[in-house]
Amino acid sequence: MDKMPAWADAFLVPLISLILAALLSALVILAIGESPTEALKLMVEGALMRSAGWGYTLYYATNFIFTGLAVSVAFHARMFNIGGEGQATLGGLGVALVCLYLPWPHWSLALIGASLGAAAFGALWALIPAWLQAKRGSHIVITTIMFNFIAAALLNYVLVNLLKPAGAMDPASATFPDATHLPTFQQMFSTADNPLFRGAPANISFFLALIACVAVWLLIWRTRLGYEIRALGHSESAARYAGISPVRIIVIAMLISGGLSGLMAVNTTMGESERLLMNATEGAGFIGIAVALMGRNHPFGVLLAALLFGFLYQGGAELALWTSIPRELIVVIQALVILFTGALDNMVRMPLERLFLLLRRTPKGPAE
Amino acid sequence: MDYLTLLQVLDSTVRLATPLLLACLAGLFSERAGIFDIGLEGKMLMAAFFSAAVASVTGSVWLGLLAGIASSMVLSGIHGLASITFRGNQLISGVAINFLAAGLTVLIAQHWFSQGGRTPSLMGGGRFTDITLPFADALSGVPILGPTYAELISGHSILVYVAFACVPLTWWMLYRTRFGLRLRAVGEAPEAVDTAGVSVIGLRYAAVAICGLLCGIAGAYLATGLQAGFVKDMTAGRGYIALAALIFAKWRPWYALSACLLFGLLQAVALRYQNIDLGGFIIPVQVMDALPYILTVVILAGFVGKAIPPRAGGEPYVKER
Repeated sequence: MDKMPAWADAFLVPLISLILAALLSALVILAIGESPTEALKLMVEGALMRSAGWGYTLYYATNFIFTGLAVSVAFHARMFNIGGEGQATLGGLGVALVCLYLPWPHWSLALIGASLGAAAFGALWALIPAWLQAKRGSHIVITTIMFNFIAAALLNYVLVNLLKPAGAMDPASATFPDATHLPTFQQMFSTADNPLFRGAPANISFFLALIACVAVWLLIWRTRLGYEIRALGHSESAARYAGISPVRIIVIAMLISGGLSGLMAVNTTMGESERLLMNATEGAGFIGIAVALMGRNHPFGVLLAALLFGFLYQGGAELALWTSIPRELIVVIQALVILFTGALDNMVRMPLERLFLLLRRTPKGPAE
Repeated sequence: MDYLTLLQVLDSTVRLATPLLLACLAGLFSERAGIFDIGLEGKMLMAAFFSAAVASVTGSVWLGLLAGIASSMVLSGIHGLASITFRGNQLISGVAINFLAAGLTVLIAQHWFSQGGRTPSLMGGGRFTDITLPFADALSGVPILGPTYAELISGHSILVYVAFACVPLTWWMLYRTRFGLRLRAVGEAPEAVDTAGVSVIGLRYAAVAICGLLCGIAGAYLATGLQAGFVKDMTAGRGYIALAALIFAKWRPWYALSACLLFGLLQAVALRYQNIDLGGFIIPVQVMDALPYILTVVILAGFVGKAIPPRAGGEPYVKER
């Protein structure tokens, strides 16, 4: 019945897409007069050969896990949440308010409080587009794009007019109190004679991201709600016939998606900068799209893809430091990954399907 | 506020509305044919870079314009390939194109010019100069009308007039030609067009190509008309504002003009005044920044006149067997 075995669909197609994207990236590096193998060597050395490099790679990966999960939960309900950027921005605001205005005795309690704040603010920012999509049929892609810009303007206003300490020049909030500072990997894993992750921003929220992966897997494949989300994603009319309310599921799926995006801010705002900055998300909301596409919307795939993008980000920073290749190379690679694993998926899939059909039609040997 | 200040604000409204208008009409052609395009931003950015780069190397702004249009149309071709030929997700393709442009422009700019991802400043023939319309000087003595003509209508670069001329031209093409009828039909009911023996794929590629052409002009205007050279991310969300204007205009050319002028005015006001004081009540500049997006969401929500997109928008066409 199937044109292709399941393993080919799950692994072969994304792998070939990825190889195509990598080949084109190599061509781009060649075209700007650098050596792709040298570049790769530098990236691997900078991102993976030292523990500090890993510290950065995992820090970036933490962001991408959250935003990747956010996009994939929405994808399961056949919603394209392109508003991760705005939701993460608002999540940052939630984190800042929780950390600045509530007295926290210990970082572990503050982490719980800030996570709740981040998720609540992120979910809230997804609520209006979700409701408009579910009730009024306004296209969620357009509304979430608009909400990204509105979020940026809102944060700008809040930082400049409300949160900026008197006399400060740069638009940023005051530094969070000491009790809310999260333990970094350096504090967690270094010993006196074996310093690890020196200066790297990776912190305990990486484990929060891993928990989120498991939680999303449980939600999507092991709960009734997850079943309803997937049912809606496969066929709205069938879901409706089965007594599933599309309005309810769309809103809930988007709330979860927004909440996951918002959680990203725990890593950046609370774990790294320890104060609210203007552009703390740095495009991670959009990278979530690439991560979700590459990870085939499965939490384990998202984890792997997020690690790959974490590596690319840290490696790209190393390249920019040691060669004349600007950091924007990563944006190009990211674009190629989105293009090949997302939009040009059929370009890889169609010939593969034909190949598998051909293999099946050929007569089997006499042994059978 | 005196009359001259008002004229200056309106003048910069026209300048700022021009790229929005061109990109908005570009999106209109594409979306009316059933191809969603959130890659307007990327196409404009690519065109802005290549027009500025070629203009600075050759010294000819017209060659720059051609290069800008060509680069934008290459991106359109990728979008067409992904969304028409391979029936991929048009939104994802658009996102990819935006990133591709954002990355490639800086990468190539650094490789060619080594100025931190920008082109050298354009001078002389490398820029579109402002055109003084006939009698502008002679009439400037006439009260009200004279300054209006001299400041507001005269004294823009040729591309501004091209953009405004594109509005009636688009209207005429869409509503008065056979091509326009078919183009609109292919966005509403492609199966009907196919039944009539007209190529859906051909029409959609044509629409996407026109979209690339107009985005190319928009980008070239940004880098060689509005400003003198390319800087990193110089489109600054204009492609998305154009998208918002397109929805605000309900996918119609004349409404597109008024929507773009409105959003241009918001930008001009935000540029000139930081915070606006309305008798003790201060409107922060961020509200002006966010207003186009807020208005679009309100329109999309259907509380003030519902915006209904072309029916087959976003759906790849599969011939029935």
